[in-house]
Amino acid sequence: MNVIVCVKQIPDPALPGALDSSSNTLKRDGKLILDESDSYGVEMALQLVTAAGGGEVSLVSMAPNGEVSGLRTALAMGAAKAILVSDPALKGSDALTTAKVLAAAVQRLGGADLIIGATESSDGYTGTVPEQIAEILGLPSVTFAKKVTIDGSTMHIERQTEQGYDEVTSPLPALISVTAGVVEPRYPSFKGIMAAKSKPLETVTAADLGITPVGWDGAGQTIVNVSQAEARKAGEVIEDDGETFTKVVSYLENLKLI
Amino acid sequence: MLGELSEEHEAFRAVVRDFAASEIEPHAAAWDRDHHFPVDTVLAMGDLGLFGLIFPEEYGGAGADFTSLCVAIEEIGRVDQSMGITLSAGVGLGANPIHHFGSDEQKQRWLPEMITGRALGAFGLTEPDGGSDAGATKTKARLDETTGKWVIDGNKSFITNSGTAITSVITVTARTDSGISCFLVPSGTPGLTVEPAYHKLGWHASDTHGLSLNDCRIDTDQLLGTPGDGFRNFLQILDDGRIAISALALGCARACLDAAVDYANERTAFGSTISRYQGVSFQLADLAVAVENARNLTYKAAWLKDNGRPFKQAAAMAKLYSTETAVDATRIATQIFGGAGFIEETPIVRFYRDAKVLEIGEGTSEIQRMVIARCLGLAL
Ligand SMILES: Cc1cc2nc3c(=O)[nH]c(=O)nc-3n(C[C@H](O)[C@H](O)[C@H](O)COP(=O)(O)OP(=O)(O)OC[C@H]3O[C@@H](n4cnc5c(N)ncnc54)[C@H](O)[C@@H]3O)c2cc1C
Repeated sequence: MNVIVCVKQIPDPALPGALDSSSNTLKRDGKLILDESDSYGVEMALQLVTAAGGGEVSLVSMAPNGEVSGLRTALAMGAAKAILVSDPALKGSDALTTAKVLAAAVQRLGGADLIIGATESSDGYTGTVPEQIAEILGLPSVTFAKKVTIDGSTMHIERQTEQGYDEVTSPLPALISVTAGVVEPRYPSFKGIMAAKSKPLETVTAADLGITPVGWDGAGQTIVNVSQAEARKAGEVIEDDGETFTKVVSYLENLKLI
Repeated sequence: MLGELSEEHEAFRAVVRDFAASEIEPHAAAWDRDHHFPVDTVLAMGDLGLFGLIFPEEYGGAGADFTSLCVAIEEIGRVDQSMGITLSAGVGLGANPIHHFGSDEQKQRWLPEMITGRALGAFGLTEPDGGSDAGATKTKARLDETTGKWVIDGNKSFITNSGTAITSVITVTARTDSGISCFLVPSGTPGLTVEPAYHKLGWHASDTHGLSLNDCRIDTDQLLGTPGDGFRNFLQILDDGRIAISALALGCARACLDAAVDYANERTAFGSTISRYQGVSFQLADLAVAVENARNLTYKAAWLKDNGRPFKQAAAMAKLYSTETAVDATRIATQIFGGAGFIEETPIVRFYRDAKVLEIGEGTSEIQRMVIARCLGLAL
């Protein structure tokens, strides 16, 4: 079984992020790392391939400046090969263009039995790219997958919902988006890191994939303004004077919760 | 070499840092308080491959260089010195002698479990009457002709990793007819008594015991290396170990520098952050220089070793300088933390207690100076 994981490489969330004031977008010119959201997809893919008893995990990523650090991390975890799409023309691409580019990269790899994305990236949060890729490739897509088992050419998915989970069955090939925390991503070993150095990693441009227009030209959006989110108001502190429960009860009554 | 480690070393550093931040740092204070040796965490470090880094793939190791081991020890030591020494001693004193001097059978028997971190080895050199002067060992081993076994009698002091639930074997030095030799004494051998753990100033989560060997009988094939070569062999083991201790000290010094810088930028006195007072900031500037020097000496020594160059003097210089820097760093950081630096809630306190032994174990600072002086050609 072959799985392709779409992985995003993002600025290290531990470092303070900065906006590019000319474009109102996040600055991405420093070192990028594997988005933690995608480490779950990589881990799930590796586990599914192991459970299937054969096949490999491949990666597709779109990132500026030929950045491969995050891809190397996923290769060190055990993925076999990767395609990076990196091209100055891609700057300003919206979610749909990103999906077109990644779908073309998936096709360049010859497709797969399963394509995995994260529910949303940790730096952009549009939460739309995986489903757009599925639509472009004409594949069934299941969102919020928390548990996946493969049975021949059929996939059983537990799909997270607010109340619990749905049991969904889908034919393969298909695309799923996985939620964070559903598997425990492995730490890459030193051996894995060394092996990742020599795994195939192809860098291509949007033009190589035949996708135009891209970047600002292809975007169906303009970012007009960015403003600070309103700070959360402090909660109400109730001092315990022996009668606290009445205050808590009336608070909940006011909210019509009881 | 020059200044930077390879991209792969840095990628590995990031992995160990993540591991240390999530698996060790949150528990370090409690382990220290409870004097608890966390076996599960040691096993997890084993799963990450840390104990097998420098050993050949045929025994389950990663075949990596010594530099990568230093990176791992530095990053673990940056959050917890006890776990740092557990790793450093497990590899450097436990598995390394067997790897260097063991027969194929001995390697097959002991190394695979140590390399995966399922078992720990220990090295018993120091005795109640001989530490720095380790050649003065009083422990004796004699071959019992009738049973064909070695019989060992003597005492060992301060032996790291010698009494954990996963300790598999202890290499001990003992005097034989042909001079000092090394023997592999499996845990649980009758006649080997692991004494109750010491009450130490620091390294509370690291396992340290005295040992007594009374009529302790082991099979002849547990003699490690050539009889009479024990002295030379352990000196070689200590050269490697000193680079590792230097990396551990570097982790300690960095932790103190980082914590003190953050604190100095937050803490206010007399209307501004204390970082604005040169009495504070210049100390940290000087400490940053020392940390940089310690880093360069550590990785230079590792580089020399990895490239097959002589490194005895470099290892002694690194160990001497880095461990003294670590002790300075804890003193400076504690001072900058003020009263909070004396209270157990602040991790600096733990580093303050942990640092001192760095100047003592695997050769005191005085012994490092003797090694360096000897390398200079001075007649001692
Ligand atoms: C927590 C801990 C863990 C340890 N783990 C191990 C272990 O796993 N295995 C092991 O074998 N040992 C271990 N040791 C022992 C350690 O290596 C020795 O304590 C150390 O080598 C010093 O030996 P000593 O204690 O006998 O001190 P001594 O040798 O008695 O030294 C006392 C003082 O005299 C100084 N001195 C001695 N000779 C000279 C000289 N010629 N010139 C100038 N000064 C001199 C020393 O530097 C020191 O300051 C450990 C020790 C500790 C505290």
